[in-house]
Amino acid sequence: MSSESKKIKIGLEVHCQLTSLKTKLFCNSPSDYREKPPNTNICPVCIGTPGSLPVLNRNALNYATMVASSLNFEIMSHMIFFRKNYFYPDMSKNFQITQYDRAGGVPFAINGYILLNDGRKIRLGRMQLEEDPAKISYDGTIESSSETYVDYNRAGIALIEIVTEPDLESPSDAREFLNKLSSILEHLNVLDLGLEGSVRCDANISHRGGKRVEIKNISSFKEVERALNFEMTRQKSLASKGISVSQETRHWDDVRRITISLRLKEEEQDYRYFPETDLVPVTLSETFIEKINHDMPELPKEREIRFQQEYNHSSEIARVLVKDKYLADYSEKAAKESIAPREVGILLAVNLPPFLNEIGKDLKSLDVAPEHFAELADMISKGEVSRRSAKTIFLEMLKTGQKPRNIFDKKGLDVISDSKSIEDIVTKIFKDNPEAVKDAAKDTKAINFLLGKIMQETQGRVDPSIATKLVKQKLSVQ
Amino acid sequence: MKTPKHPISEKEVSHLAELARLELSGKDVTEMRLHLNKILDYFKMIDEVDTEGISPTYHVFDLVNVLRDDTPHSPESKDLLENVPKKKGRYIKAPRMI
Ligand SMILES: [Zn+2]
Repeated sequence: MSSESKKIKIGLEVHCQLTSLKTKLFCNSPSDYREKPPNTNICPVCIGTPGSLPVLNRNALNYATMVASSLNFEIMSHMIFFRKNYFYPDMSKNFQITQYDRAGGVPFAINGYILLNDGRKIRLGRMQLEEDPAKISYDGTIESSSETYVDYNRAGIALIEIVTEPDLESPSDAREFLNKLSSILEHLNVLDLGLEGSVRCDANISHRGGKRVEIKNISSFKEVERALNFEMTRQKSLASKGISVSQETRHWDDVRRITISLRLKEEEQDYRYFPETDLVPVTLSETFIEKINHDMPELPKEREIRFQQEYNHSSEIARVLVKDKYLADYSEKAAKESIAPREVGILLAVNLPPFLNEIGKDLKSLDVAPEHFAELADMISKGEVSRRSAKTIFLEMLKTGQKPRNIFDKKGLDVISDSKSIEDIVTKIFKDNPEAVKDAAKDTKAINFLLGKIMQETQGRVDPSIATKLVKQKLSVQ
Repeated sequence: MKTPKHPISEKEVSHLAELARLELSGKDVTEMRLHLNKILDYFKMIDEVDTEGISPTYHVFDLVNVLRDDTPHSPESKDLLENVPKKKGRYIKAPRMI
């Protein structure tokens, strides 16, 4: 970490929907609102008709406890809900039911943390349970639209809010943090990150002890690093011109990929937080929390250790695999099918990511089964294919979805293993490159040129160690 | 502390109106200020009660953990939408916000 980037302080406010719930947080309206016609999944509670009363979803409480516990939070044994008052049509009641850590409020949990790979602790100040507002759309843009159109399908969906201290020191720290958080939430099965809008993020960033700027409206975890990079560059460039950064809220425009200044009318005190008396307090006993912990699914950290023990993955490979639950599940399926699970890990954690990066796709969208990876790993470990041929097969398999064995048969990529054939090839290369042979006889480093020629001639189908041995033998009798 | 006689200023009334998206004329502001201060004066009577050492009451009942199962009901959107004064298709119309 350079000293320059240490001068950056970043904090995040993460909102995650508990998408595994079947109903909303305070009413029985179904939570599967995506793709539904507007205002379908609504009831008097989530649309805020007078006299309707909210009742807390039991599973939301269970899930939130699982999340808090796995993020090392201290869970409050006695908590209440608060009203956050504001006038905006995304909440027809004119308030949002949330939790609060001031004015006598009690959040769901406090003092959690996530550890980064290098051991730095990112403190999580508080976690709270709250309802999602409705979705608003416009005719054209927010500026040009004469009216707003409200769809309450999303209103009342259960959200957890996680607030970090400003412990992140760079946009890439933020990415690593969000990857860790995502993997934990996915392993808990409380959230499907693949669903559009299931996670959102606000960020605050300050440069060299300057004023803090808030960035709102970052609509996915992938956008966070991009938004922070833009804002960091903007602040640094202002600083280099001697202009001081003003404390403000900016809006992330994910189309133009810039932050724009946003005038907010409300200050914190304008929300006039007060207790939501339509809901009774919640108490969580130690027995309840113990039971939740006891039934907790395997978390990424535990899985990382098990992967090393069970499949002989290196710690680095295991860490890459558990970063993403889909990849971890996939690798586990492949490893179980293979006699060489360690090789499977290398294929998936080392060889696959650069390929995916290049084509701009993810593993899910490829038409390749875990068994394919297992088969290729087996072929490598049995020495049926050289590393170089394995790479050819690997790329072909990812592009076409064909089985490695079929590609291998079609391309004739089997290893040349009989020593007579290899000797013939070596002899031919020696004959064709007399100058290089002379050089190699004087300087062992020049052997590599001859080896390169042999690999070229055989399309990498010779085991390099055998080729090296034969070249050395032949040189010694020259 | 603000003066006990007029806890709310005209400036605060205007700010509240802005937050509540209400358009108030100068006359309205003066009148609203009077009303709001009357209400607050009335509530000031509560301040006279000595609450030293008493923990706040958030709820009048001693109930805790009123929970429901995560079982969906079929939504009742038809009746609800019939009561909506302004619609566009299935969307509920609201005034522009900025
Ligand atoms: Zn509802």
